[in-house]
Amino acid sequence: MSEVTGAKALFLALEAVGVEHIFGIPGGAILPAYDPLIDSTVKHILCRHEQGAAHAADGYAQASGKVGVCMATSGPGATNLITGLASSFMDSIPVVAITGQVPRPAMGYDAFQESDITGNAGPVTKHTFLVMEPDDIAQTVAEAFHIASTGRPGPVLIDIPKDVLQARFTYKPAGPVDLPGYQPTTKPNQRQIVEAAKLIAESERPILYAGGGIIKAGASAELVQLAEMTGIPVVTTLMARGVIPDGHDLCLGMPGMHGNYTAVTALQRSDLLIGIGPRFDDRVTGKLSHFAPDAKIIHADIDPAEISKNRKADVPIVGDAKAVLVELIKVIESRRGKDSQPDYSAWRDTVNGWKKAYPYKYTQTEDGPLKPQYVVERIAALTDGNAIYCSGVGQHQMWGSQFIPFRRPRTWINSGGSGAMGFGVPAAMGAKVAMPDDEVWCIDGDGCFQMTCQELATMAVEKIPIKIAILNNAYLGMVRQWQELFYDERYSEVEFGWDIPDYVKLAEAYGCIGLRVESMQDVDTAIEKARGVNDRPVVIDFRCDKGEMCYPMVAAGSSNDDIILGPEYEKEPVAHELGDHLYSQEEDMVID
Amino acid sequence: MKHTIAVLVENKPGVLARVSGLFARRGFNIHSLAVGTTESPNVSRMTIVVDLPERPLEHVTKQVYKLINVLKVIELEPELSVERELMLIKVRAVAEVRARIIELTEIFRGKVIDVGTDSMTIEITGAPEKIQAFEDLVAVYGIIELVKSGRVALSRGSKSIKDRQLRVAG
Repeated sequence: MSEVTGAKALFLALEAVGVEHIFGIPGGAILPAYDPLIDSTVKHILCRHEQGAAHAADGYAQASGKVGVCMATSGPGATNLITGLASSFMDSIPVVAITGQVPRPAMGYDAFQESDITGNAGPVTKHTFLVMEPDDIAQTVAEAFHIASTGRPGPVLIDIPKDVLQARFTYKPAGPVDLPGYQPTTKPNQRQIVEAAKLIAESERPILYAGGGIIKAGASAELVQLAEMTGIPVVTTLMARGVIPDGHDLCLGMPGMHGNYTAVTALQRSDLLIGIGPRFDDRVTGKLSHFAPDAKIIHADIDPAEISKNRKADVPIVGDAKAVLVELIKVIESRRGKDSQPDYSAWRDTVNGWKKAYPYKYTQTEDGPLKPQYVVERIAALTDGNAIYCSGVGQHQMWGSQFIPFRRPRTWINSGGSGAMGFGVPAAMGAKVAMPDDEVWCIDGDGCFQMTCQELATMAVEKIPIKIAILNNAYLGMVRQWQELFYDERYSEVEFGWDIPDYVKLAEAYGCIGLRVESMQDVDTAIEKARGVNDRPVVIDFRCDKGEMCYPMVAAGSSNDDIILGPEYEKEPVAHELGDHLYSQEEDMVID
Repeated sequence: MKHTIAVLVENKPGVLARVSGLFARRGFNIHSLAVGTTESPNVSRMTIVVDLPERPLEHVTKQVYKLINVLKVIELEPELSVERELMLIKVRAVAEVRARIIELTEIFRGKVIDVGTDSMTIEITGAPEKIQAFEDLVAVYGIIELVKSGRVALSRGSKSIKDRQLRVAG
């Protein structure tokens, strides 16, 4: 091949790994890359803020399972990506970020728009590359995509100095990827699988604790198969919503701080947790020393550093969730004769009793204030649970997870571990680009929306027709909830007001359609109207009850046994099934 | 309790920052850290001494192993390994005390490697306790400055780090 520039080599390499879309913004140091882009098969979506580009790449990856790609210039362009990369890192989302760097001779001299981005991004990425020679571009791109998409997926950053992009050299395609320090274990240890099968056979109150690893592994079908063949109920974490349909008899929904009573209590009363790809996150365990006190733990994860991190595993299994589930199903089948056939029907009856008695509850009256839960329920009902639903972070996120009956994986996209406010709008943009035939809704809060709504411009120009439902309660709702409950109702710097900005005018100013809904009677009409628009985004300002709180709730640092069901249950106090456990007196850390 | 961790890494820029960052993010101080090349030209070896409890140590070790450029991580148990440190120490040494300092140096099997008009620089190698003992003894004469290499360690017997299981499996 004849001589090419480093920038051209970058695009040849990106095309070689199958990149179709890049979310980005040009600037000085990355400028050379924007020239060969014109002739490339890769489509670039010109975002309005680098944080938006990073979240869009994340949403793209979560919706499709493909690697999301974002691109920015050096210095501020690159540092603006960091929030997005950190979110992808916490949620194990495969993203590759490409950043321009100041020319090699200027590096380290505080040149204009210089930042040490590989140093900055290091702690929030799976890996970073600084490409110092044009010859290394193709191989680096191949390695970056391999690292991002295999093992425990995650974001990888490639930083390329401007003069490396400009250099002319003879392009050589990437060779095979050879990373001696990176050999993820995907095949589970058979002995551990047998141990797990034995524990399952001996257990009386098992729960399948399904985590985000199942989505990454594409192992939903296997999870459902295991649940059905054993009759074991399943809880789905925030990152695993949809791995088993919420309508499935064995699905108990979301556990955790704002999970439902059944899922929380089933974990607490269980005698065996079969964790497939979860993190035993503090939002799920509550006070760790009080978490599932009777339960033995099977913990399968592709990342050995996750196993026994928070709760000691009795049977640790390192491996890909799909491989683990396939092997587990095989071994359970083959031991059918040997083990006594466990019967969990009494346990299922107990759990189903809770399900009936303690569903999520709220009351929407005809003439009362609009309840955010009602809005979510109507969106879910009118889209039949078949859309892709994205969210920001806060109360609206929890209501989204609670009230949408998910049918399939990759339809609930949020910033779970990192909790990055402003995630929703750009992530929904990314999801829609990845899955243009799917209807994409962003359930957002007024606080989150204002952090990244500049991407409305991107979507209006690019004709990316998502639907945004702002559950506008005029407050940073989750913060207000904590101030109400834990700071004696001393509200400090949480009120945004309903009216500023005027979300309808704002939407229109961005070339989108803006709608406002103030009563429950108008909810369906607005949703249907939004669903009918297919050439631009629609923003619906749902003016909701300002004081609505998100329940159930396990307060930070509390035991899951002390779940608060909220005012809807005050009239009929819960016959709370507390165990008589002697918990250790050791102080747990409290993570607010 | 102090732990000695040996880490084999690819010899690439940024590896040291990544490894040390995993300790720094928890607010853990690294007691000593020595890095050098090994028998393979592309591989460097770090010896890290940290003082932290067992549980976080186990987790941080797993995280270190996860780094793409890290090839191997093991903990070297003191009773199953040999540990050495090198110290260069510049001591105030006027004529009257020189003989005494030289005598101490010989007892510790050290070497005088530089002599000035009123100072001496001594090289001492040994286990960290021995180095410390020498430092304490010459402190009375006045230490002008000193530098320590940081601990380096190898496991006893014929096996290499490459033959060992990871410090923490699964």
